Amino acid sequence: MQKYYQPHEECMSREERKALQCQRLKRQIKYVYENVAPYRQRMDEMGVKPEDIKELEDLSKLPFTYKQDLRDFYPFELFAAPMKDIVRIHASSGTTGKQIVAGYTQNDLDMWSDCMARQFVATGADENSVIQVAYGYGLFTGGLGAHAGSERVGATTIPISSGNTERQVNFMVDIGATHLCCTPSYAMYLAEAVHEAGVKDKLKLKAGIFGAEPWTEDMRKKIEEGLGLKAYDVYGLTEICGPGVAFECQEQRGMHINEDHFLAEIIDSETGEVLPEGSFGELVFTTITKEGIPMIRYRTRDLCSLNFEKCSCGRTLIRMNKPKGRSDDMLIIRGVNVFPSQIEEVLLTMGQVTPNYQIIVDRVNNTDTLDINVEMTEEIFEDDIKSIEKVEKTIENKLRTILGIGADVHLVNPKTIARSEGKAKRVIDNRNLI
Amino acid sequence: MFIKQLSVFIENKVGKLAEILNVLSENNIDISALSIAETTEFGILRMIVSDPEAAKVKLRESGVIVKTTNVIGVVLDDTPGSMAKVITLLSENGITVEYSYAFLASNKGALIVIRTNDHEKTEKVLNDTGIGLVNPAEVYRV
Repeated sequence: MQKYYQPHEECMSREERKALQCQRLKRQIKYVYENVAPYRQRMDEMGVKPEDIKELEDLSKLPFTYKQDLRDFYPFELFAAPMKDIVRIHASSGTTGKQIVAGYTQNDLDMWSDCMARQFVATGADENSVIQVAYGYGLFTGGLGAHAGSERVGATTIPISSGNTERQVNFMVDIGATHLCCTPSYAMYLAEAVHEAGVKDKLKLKAGIFGAEPWTEDMRKKIEEGLGLKAYDVYGLTEICGPGVAFECQEQRGMHINEDHFLAEIIDSETGEVLPEGSFGELVFTTITKEGIPMIRYRTRDLCSLNFEKCSCGRTLIRMNKPKGRSDDMLIIRGVNVFPSQIEEVLLTMGQVTPNYQIIVDRVNNTDTLDINVEMTEEIFEDDIKSIEKVEKTIENKLRTILGIGADVHLVNPKTIARSEGKAKRVIDNRNLI
Repeated sequence: MFIKQLSVFIENKVGKLAEILNVLSENNIDISALSIAETTEFGILRMIVSDPEAAKVKLRESGVIVKTTNVIGVVLDDTPGSMAKVITLLSENGITVEYSYAFLASNKGALIVIRTNDHEKTEKVLNDTGIGLVNPAEVYRV
């Protein structure tokens, strides 16, 4: 069985990789300086020229890129390649309801597919495997990202997309899926469905690749028991490419970062200062081979640490530990990024006075729930049940449009939302994922 | 003349109704009639009280969401068919009843409170047929 998809890239010595990274970084910086006006302007403001980037350590001279930049320069200003070379667009939710978009050249898609293929091979997949891709297909990078990696490995790909649990279970049994890709919470849900259908002994599953939302070691054990597979974590974000930025190997001890394409730094999220090896802080990525929309020192807002020890799997790619929180207030609900500000924005449209609200996230029967309690105001209140229910439905519909997931809105009595130090606690996350 | 009814938002939670009633009690406000419309999550408490304006102010001060709503009161004979007669009359005139509740006033017979989709028309129809609207002052203190 093949152990690595690209043995040379995955296992080269650190010195060899550093030389490769340095050469690619220099090329990438020159490329963005020449092709992306906002980057050029920022570098000029800081007095940094592409020629100043000589060593990997010079990375810290470059300005950061924030999610806000992707909104400010929406849709194309951060694209480095001309539109004739952009072959695909993906999108992810921004903080104001406006999507952020990422453009891919054919080389970008090939690079991304390689990254996902490394993940699949690391979990034992080859051309005899049957990979059921139960991530959502579409603008979300999960479905098509896993799909491309699966095809690259030469496995039989089932592009079943998310949802329709009964059909998922039927396909796993009938087509004999060996690998399953979906969010960990959906994997928990599927495990239960398999148990209820009494078909666990008919499954051929060997491995699952689960990402796009935080999960715990406890969940890993439950998924592994419930589906009879080995559960692997995968990390990615649309801004960098999608799933496959980092992947777990058989050791299941941290995710190998595809360092020949993405440089990782850990910084102090307050000061922006680069922290020493092994420190815990905010993860920052710089793409070094990307053409469509390169990212220079992109602030992921994920908090984690990097592990530089050589892994017993033989890969020399450094590993990132599972993120333990965020330096912003983003929530990941059913695999979808949700910012409290998006919810507030919807409530702002309800009248002159923004009602007091509270967001409650929980996990019930392995599915994330999003409840929003909104304090009733005199402005909204009508002496008519239908009108009040209509208010709830209107908010729910707007939230569904903006967030892309359903939320349950409850109108509650005024002054019933707990306030601490005069300020309401806006978000309560009862999932205990960290 | 229309009756000023208090409409209060009330979340389905233990003690919420008591809170509201206690505010009225503390301010010596008497309730003449009361009805609750409920859903799984919230209800609307509708009341006719001795002093609607004072009640509104006091409830508001206690953080209660309250509105006054105009409703129509009709005095009926406490005999079978008297309410049917009124409602039939309204429906024949194309008037929709949004909600209604009834109570017995010891010395006056039965009183029904109605909210319709068109109060002016309702008033006219009732006056034209000689049924007439009850004087609100009589209802505030039953």
